[in-house]
This record gives sequence, C-alpha cells and structure tokens, in this order.
Amino acid sequence: MTDAAFPHRHLLGIQGLAPSEITSLLDLAEGYVEQNRSSDKRKNLLRGRTVINLFYENSTRTRTSFELAGKRLGADVINMQSAGSSVQKGETLIDTAMTLNAMHLDVLVVRHPDSGAVKLLSEKVNCAVINGGDGSHEHPTQALLDALTIRRRKGKLSGLNVAICGDVRHSRVARSNIYLLNAMGAHVRLIGPRTLLPSGLDRMGVEVFHDMRKGLADVDVIMMLRIQNERMSGNFIPSIREYFHFFGLDREKLGIAKPDAVIMHPGPMNRGVEIDSDVADDVERSLIRSQVEMGVAVRMACLDMLTRDLTRSEGAV
Amino acid sequence: MAARNSSGLVAYVNARLLDPATGLDTRGALLTNGETIADVGPGLFQGGVPSGMEVVDCKGLCLAPGLVDMRVQLREPGEEHKETLKSAGEAAVAGGVTSMVCLPNTNPVIDEVATVEFVARRARKIGLAKVYPYAAATKRVEGKELAEMGMLAEAGALGFTDGLKAIRNAQVMRRALTYAATFGLLIVQHPEEPSLAEGGMMNEGELATRMGLSGIPVAAEAIMLERDMRLVEITNGRYHAAHVATAAGVEIIRKAKAKGLPVTCDTAPPYFALNELAVKDYRTFAKLSPPLRSETDRQAVVEGLKDGTIDAVASDHSPQDQDSKRVPFAVAEFGGVGLETLLPVTLDLAHNGHMSLIEALRLITCAPSAILNLAAGRLKVGAAADLVLFDPDRGWKVNAKSFHSKSKNSPFDDRPVQGMVMRTIVDGRTVYTHDA
Repeated sequence: MTDAAFPHRHLLGIQGLAPSEITSLLDLAEGYVEQNRSSDKRKNLLRGRTVINLFYENSTRTRTSFELAGKRLGADVINMQSAGSSVQKGETLIDTAMTLNAMHLDVLVVRHPDSGAVKLLSEKVNCAVINGGDGSHEHPTQALLDALTIRRRKGKLSGLNVAICGDVRHSRVARSNIYLLNAMGAHVRLIGPRTLLPSGLDRMGVEVFHDMRKGLADVDVIMMLRIQNERMSGNFIPSIREYFHFFGLDREKLGIAKPDAVIMHPGPMNRGVEIDSDVADDVERSLIRSQVEMGVAVRMACLDMLTRDLTRSEGAV
Repeated sequence: MAARNSSGLVAYVNARLLDPATGLDTRGALLTNGETIADVGPGLFQGGVPSGMEVVDCKGLCLAPGLVDMRVQLREPGEEHKETLKSAGEAAVAGGVTSMVCLPNTNPVIDEVATVEFVARRARKIGLAKVYPYAAATKRVEGKELAEMGMLAEAGALGFTDGLKAIRNAQVMRRALTYAATFGLLIVQHPEEPSLAEGGMMNEGELATRMGLSGIPVAAEAIMLERDMRLVEITNGRYHAAHVATAAGVEIIRKAKAKGLPVTCDTAPPYFALNELAVKDYRTFAKLSPPLRSETDRQAVVEGLKDGTIDAVASDHSPQDQDSKRVPFAVAEFGGVGLETLLPVTLDLAHNGHMSLIEALRLITCAPSAILNLAAGRLKVGAAADLVLFDPDRGWKVNAKSFHSKSKNSPFDDRPVQGMVMRTIVDGRTVYTHDA
C-alpha cells in the first residue's frame, strides 16, 4: 500500500488526475482485492464515517459496489434513490446540498443523468464527493476498476493497444477510460459508426475507426460499450440487427485482435446487441466478472484515499 | 454641479461630442430645450453660456446619442420574477441605453394590438429608457399562422420576429417576408435550424465531447441563413438576422449583401468578446442561445463588424433568475443579461484597435436605429434629447451583484472592462448619474 499524497478533496473525474495519483489508487486497491477475498472482509478504517449513495439514476451494480465498499471499511452507508424522494418533488440540487450538509456526512457518492451536475453539487457540500457517473461526462471509478483489471491481467497499462467499441457519444465510461489510458501511456482506439462517435474525438489523443475489422487488428484489450436499446429507433443506428452485424463482438471479429486479447464490458450487457454470449462467457478471454470484483476494491481505495484527505483537513481546522 | 434654472434650457459644455451618424468627433457643447436637442456643435457657447440656462460641465468626457439596443427581453408580462419593465429600464439607463426594442416572447406573447399598447403604456409610465416592441411574426409564436402585422405595426411594433424561435417552416417564412414587404416591414429571424439544434447545449466540437454535453453544430446557423437568403431572393422582403455568431453565418450574409439583397444582421457582445471556453467548468451563465462558438468564429464576427457585414450590436439581454441558472448545465436556461455591459464590451472593439471609438459607437446608436427606421441614435437638432455621457477610458470590473437588472446572469461577471456611463438623459431629463 502507498501513502502517496492525493491532493484532491473530491473525485469528480479522471481528467485532472496525475499518472502518479492514478497509480497510487490502483496500488491501494490491490490490497483491498486481497482483503475482499479473505474471510475477514471488514476493516474499521471508516468507523464513525457516514457515506451516502445519492443516485438520481437507477443502478444496481454501481450502487451495490459502493455500498459494499463503504461497509467493508466500517462506514455507515445510506442509499438515497431519487424515485419517490424530494428530488421528484422538485427540490433543486442546491437545496439537496443544504440538506446533506445539515446531516454532517463525510462522503457523498453521486450519480446524475446530467453532465456536470456532480461538480455543481460538490461546490455546495462540505463533504468529499465521488462522481458515480454524471451524464455523458465521466465515470472515474469505472475507469479505475477497468485499469486495475487490465493491469492485473497484462501486468501493465503502458504500451497496450486498447479498443473502446460502440456508443462513445453517450458513454461516460468511454471518456474516463480515454483520459486514464492516455495518461498511463496506453494507445486508445475508438471504434463505432459515425453517428455514435461525437466530433472532436480525433483531437483527444485517440485513433478513430469506423470499421471494426480494421480497428481490432493488434489490439490487446477490447472494451465493449453498452448500446441503449432506447436509442435504436432509426436515429443513431438503423437496427440492432445491422449494429450487431458491423459492430457487435463475436468470435470472428475477436479473431482479428491479438491471440491473447481480453474482452471487457462495463455492464449490464445486451447479449446479441453489442456482444455475443459466446465471447462474453469465454472464461479465458472475458474479464467481465473480474471487473465487478475489482470495482469493490477500487471503490474502497477511493473512499480510503478521500477520507485520509478529510482527516488531514479536519486536523488542520 | 449643474447650475439650475427653470428656462428648460440645459447646456452641456466642455464635451467631446460624438455623433456616429455624421462622423462628428470634436470638442464642443450641446443645448437641450425641454425634450429636444436645440443646438450642437464645436462653436456653441464659445463666447460663454448665456445666463438663464442650466449648465452641465461634461469635463471633457464623451457626449453621444443614447444607445439603441435592438434586442432585449423584458420578461413583463409573465415572468416578473426575472425582470420587469422598471428593473429593465433602470438597467438600461445605467448602461447608457435610451431606447430598447423588446422581444415578443412574453407571457402572453406580444401578438395582439392590446399587448403592444400595454408594453408601450407601462414603459411610458415608468419613464426611463424608451421601449419599443417587436411583435410576433406568427400567432402565439407557433410558426404557423401570420400575426396581424399591419395592425401591429400601426400600434407601434417596430418589426416582426418569433423571438427565440426560428421560423422553421419555409412556406411560413416565405409568406411572412412577402406579406411584411407589403408594408415595408422588417422580419427578424433567430437563425438556427431547430432540428439540428434540438437537445444541444453548447457549441458542437471537442470541448462539448470532453464535457459530455450535446452540441449545436455551426451548420444550424448556416443552413437556416442559406435557406432564408433564398427566400429573401424570391420575396425581396426586408430580413434581419439576429445575433450572428459563426464564421459561416457572417460569410453567408456577406455574400447576400454583395448580391444586393435587403438583408441586415446584428451580433451581441458575447459573440465577439468570448468563445466557447467560457462554458468550461459547466458555467451556466455562459450558456447562451446561440451558443458561444470557437475562437475562429469569434474572430470572424470581429471581422464582420469591421467590414460592415454585421450592421449592429445588440445586448441580447436575457435575464434569468437563480433557479433557472443554478442547476446542472443541461437543464439551465439559455441567456445572459447584457444591458449594463453593452457599452464597455462594445468599446473593447475600439480599445483593441479593431475600429475607432466612433465606429464602435455607431454599432449601438445610429446603425440599429437605421435598421428599425427609428428616430433615435443621432445628435441632431430637433431630435429627442436622448444622450449618454461616458468616460471611454475609465476601467472597472463587472460585478453582476451590483447590476440594476433583477437577474444577475452575466457571462461577463468579474471581467475587467473599460468605459463607464456617467450620465444618461432621456427626453432631456437626467435619468441616471454615476455616483462616484
């Protein structure tokens, strides 16, 4: 484990993190992987701390992951869903911030459908904020868990060819991964139909492909993105059938990548839309379940790191 | 201090007289007689001011026609929590604006004679800046049926526009131009192709992609302008494009003018003084419609102002209350207040060496007046004594909190600017003086 400084009050995105800070978080998470595999999963590091998961979008996977992470570190974890809450009754983010401040919590994990909303909230609350995904902007803990998964399998991040395939336009996972992988020296390729790749990507230090067969050549890691079925109605892509034909990952397209290339997916998967079950369930190649495991460890590392900073600033007062 | 007298004559002496309409830029004096300008010129009062007049010593500062702001949202009736005719009037005179033209997107919409008259009557009663309304080009600004343009013009509407909405249906636009041409009336368009702009929050490009926000392509402006130029060509109706903000848009207007089409356009200070970087960190005060564009576009707008392609500058004053702006960027309302920064930000064009002081002033005085056929914006004997006295060099820092406008959503908040309004005169009455 490392005691390297993490000079940020919040974790709002990967953009703005130094490679050394990313490495510190990943190194710290390594220790938590071991702890989570042992029979004694609980540590009392965050005893007395309150963590609130404030989710304005439905998410079982991420919320559960954060909840487990907090509980395994000994914190009191509370989940707040937007459905049926004051948010539905028209309360603004700023009002919510005032309410949360009055509750004296220590860490707030926020997921919100609007890009930038988590940052706005972070400016108004007194606690540390972790971005659990904001609109199409960033999902930093997903990128960190992806990085940890890759590093454990490949032993490194630097120099790897990583292809991110699919709906980059709407994907916060893609943006955070682009920032992280670029920062750590990997080569990022984006593959998808032009309607799902927004303008300006070519200036973000990535290579852009519209042909999956060309884009997957020599690739070490294939990250598939989720296609949202609600976007399939002739607007961005003509049909699921056509999308899967050109951009779905199946055994044949996988064969173009390096023989030891691994498959990743942030979940939940649409089988037969962006990924074929045959490859998704291939235990040799698919790291999808490992990603879920790393998710808890990475989130423990983030909570650990941010509350250290909290302790320091409290000490300074 | 001014020496007071009851003759109704006020002598403004020791002034730098600036009249962009005639190119006058000289030291001299101006005399008002009640509501009108009685005399003006370099030789006036050389032998001293006759007794019996009130004397205002301008201390060498610039005395110019009061500013004419051709695009303002007043929010009254309907959204008085954002702005009222009174608060907008106070903001206007604090910014040196003596005439402002308001958009019809109030609630109810200004599409009937009674609403036009309501606005005019309320503004007269308040007695600050003069208010002239645009009326809706189509009923309820729905873009379907033409409004009663002839009667609305008789009631005082200066032009016709659907305000924040583009007239999207080409047939309706064609008929609006054709019908308005019957009376020689002006159609003002918000040049943005609505389906391309739908869901967009900022300029489309790398920054929007990084921020995870959906963008509005430059083509949204270009396509609507290209279409409209074709319609102007077949109707010969008078057309004015509001707040042109892209290089492509400027070029389309330039070509249309070269062809001799009856086309004019304006832009607003954010589009020549800011670029899309102002929305970084999800700054909702810089969420404007049209969106702030790239640096290349900003420079093209400056070029358009320099070569006369862009005829005028309007504040595009769009007050929004805190609840509309202190929310995530995606759901924040578009718009920024601008009445109180119109003069100094426009003077930036002169301070930055793009044009002379009088050329910059022209964009916010006689140029918009000419487009609207308004008898304002000139230092002319017999004209209304609407004047602004300002110090072109005095620097200050924009502090939206101190604005007279009810809303504080300025994209220029905290910006150092140069040029301060010291006194504003409407119909011969001093309606604003700067304290310090």
